[in-house]
Parts: sequence; structure tokens; C-alpha cells
Amino acid sequence: MESLTFSQKLTQFFLSWLVLFIAWLGFTSTLAIQEVITGLLVSLLIALFTSRFFVCCDVSIFAPAKLFYVFYYLFVFLIELIKSNLDVARRVISPTLPINPGIVKFKTNLTSEYGRMVLANSITLTPGTLSVDIIDDTFYIHWIDVKTLDPVETHREIAEKFEKILLKIF
Amino acid sequence: MRDILEIIGLILLLIGGIFLFLGGLGIFRMPDTYNRLQAGTKATTLGGMSVILGVGFLEPGWIIKAMVLVIFIAFSNPISSHALARANYKRKNYPYLKGGAEYDQYREVYVNQENKEENK
Amino acid sequence: MVNMIIYITLGFMITGIFFAVLRFIKGPTAADRTVALDTLTTIAMALLVLLAFVFKRFIYVDVALVYGVLGFIGVLVIARYLEGAL
Repeated sequence: MESLTFSQKLTQFFLSWLVLFIAWLGFTSTLAIQEVITGLLVSLLIALFTSRFFVCCDVSIFAPAKLFYVFYYLFVFLIELIKSNLDVARRVISPTLPINPGIVKFKTNLTSEYGRMVLANSITLTPGTLSVDIIDDTFYIHWIDVKTLDPVETHREIAEKFEKILLKIF
Repeated sequence: MRDILEIIGLILLLIGGIFLFLGGLGIFRMPDTYNRLQAGTKATTLGGMSVILGVGFLEPGWIIKAMVLVIFIAFSNPISSHALARANYKRKNYPYLKGGAEYDQYREVYVNQENKEENK
Repeated sequence: MVNMIIYITLGFMITGIFFAVLRFIKGPTAADRTVALDTLTTIAMALLVLLAFVFKRFIYVDVALVYGVLGFIGVLVIARYLEGAL
């Protein structure tokens, strides 16, 4: 990991504190004053020790103009999730198990670490695919019903509709 | 109003129950670890989210906590399945392939690594 | 009506748990057992939330949350161990 400047380290620290505190608020789901103070202290302590593992320092992803794309992404993702479940249900129930599994690869156009993480997790929850490994910009995907082995075709089949939106966000 | 929420909640409960059952059946029936992960992760993610949201609709006071649980499931399930799939490949449990060796394009990464180690 | 649907849902979930436990016993590798454990964790979370509704005890939802977090960390640790990185 390359060394960061002091201001970047400070942003990193405060962002990780904020994320941890939001997680605390969600887990306790109360606004009682003693809970909030405890949460602030605990998340401060954890942030002190772990903020150097927090990948960050691109604050531009919080721009309000991108909020529309975030919601659009969630909408597309939800539809894909339901489709994938119906797909799995069909395969599990049918007595002959119609599967043709294999591991395929493709190259992504996303450059940001967060974008790649979100794309990998989304791929895991979309029809018939499971991300196995990411090496630099190459994704290795386990596909339950392999239709094509060509990387460009695979990219179009699996990742394109998410990547289009993610490229606008990250 | 109350009745509509209750009906939505009950429908979500029923759908969730069916998908959780399919998740269990899927990991029992599938032929290898990767396919089991596929069935187990996807079906139980939607099933769990649906049951928890259903309870949130039936008991409107719990909806915030239910949303926290739903978000947690949506984040944690893909991560753990990804970690398990990679660990399984590193233990040399190669996937079950119907179409022959060219269907496993991940193998080349490990073949390259092994060649490098031999050349040293 | 409400009770009826809750019973049916519970029945589906318990059948799912039954098959997952069968896979847990059958194996054959450690990774398969961990997959079964992961599935069982998610089903048990949903079951705890449903039981919280049946018994009207909010504290069970917290139990489900803590169980989910611990199960997730447990699966990650087992995966790292199987990978040979631990």
C-alpha cells in the first residue's frame, strides 16, 4: 500500500469513525443519550486501531447528483435478485438438475476498489453466477450454466448492466 | 391499513419460507461445492430477507431493526460465499465440469504459479 | 389465518434445516460442511425473527442479529483457515 499524506490519513480516520458509528446506531437502533455516547467512544477506539485498513479518500462518491444512480442501481439489483432466485428454484426442483457448470473470466472497466467490490457482490447474487476470485481487473466467475467461454461475450452476459450504472457512481 | 400491512407481511413470510426450504434442498441435491454455494447463498438470501421483512410488516414497530437485519444479510452472504469458493479452490477441490477441462478458466492462474515455483 | 400461515412457513423452514443438516452430516469435504453451516446460520436468523414475532419478544431479534454477526465471522475465519492463510 502506498503511503498517504497527513490530510488523507485524517479523512480516512474520520470516514471510518463515521461508518462505524452509523453501524452502531443501526445495531442498537435507539437514540438514548447514553447509548449514543458509548457508541461514539467505542467507534472512536476501533477507528483509532483499524482506520489504516479502510480503503478511502475519494470523497466524491458522496455527491448528491449520484444519488439517483444509487437508487436506480438498487432497483435493478432487486429485480435481478428475484430473477436469480426463481432461476435457482427452477434448477433445484427439476428432477434432472439442468446444470452445465464452469469457471469463466472477464476483464472489468471499473477502476475503483469499491466499484469492483460492489460489482463482485452483485454478481454473486445474480442469476447463476458466483464470483470466485478477483486478480487485478480480471474476474473469475463460477457459472452454473455456461453459455459462452469468450471473455468479451461473458462480460456482456454477466456484468454489463451493472457496470454501466456503477461507472456513473464511482 | 393495518389489514393490508398484515396481508403483505403474510405473503412475504410464505415466499420466504418456500425459498429457505429451496436453499436447504439445493445444498442437499447439487453435485459439488460451488453449485451448493450457488443454491445456498441465493435462495437463503432472498428467503431470509423476505421472512424478516414480513415480520417487520406484521409488527410495524420492529421495522427499523428488520431493515438493519436485511441490509446485514445482503452484505454478509455474498462475502462469505466468495471467501468459501476461493478457499475451496485453493484446497484443490476442482469444480464438477460437464463440458471438459476448457470450462475451467481459473486453473491457469494456479498452473502459472506452480510453474514459477518450479523454475526457482 | 395468521397462525395457519405461520405454521406453514415454520414447516418449510424446518424442512430446509433438515436437508441442510443432512448435507452437514454427509460432507464429504470440510468446505461442504461450512457451506451447510452458512446456510443454517441464515435460516436460523430468519427462524429467530419469526419466533420473536410468535412469542412477542423483541429481544429475540437482537439475538438473531448477534447470531448472524458471529456466524458470518465464524464462516470467514473457517474459510481463511481452509485457504491456509491462518
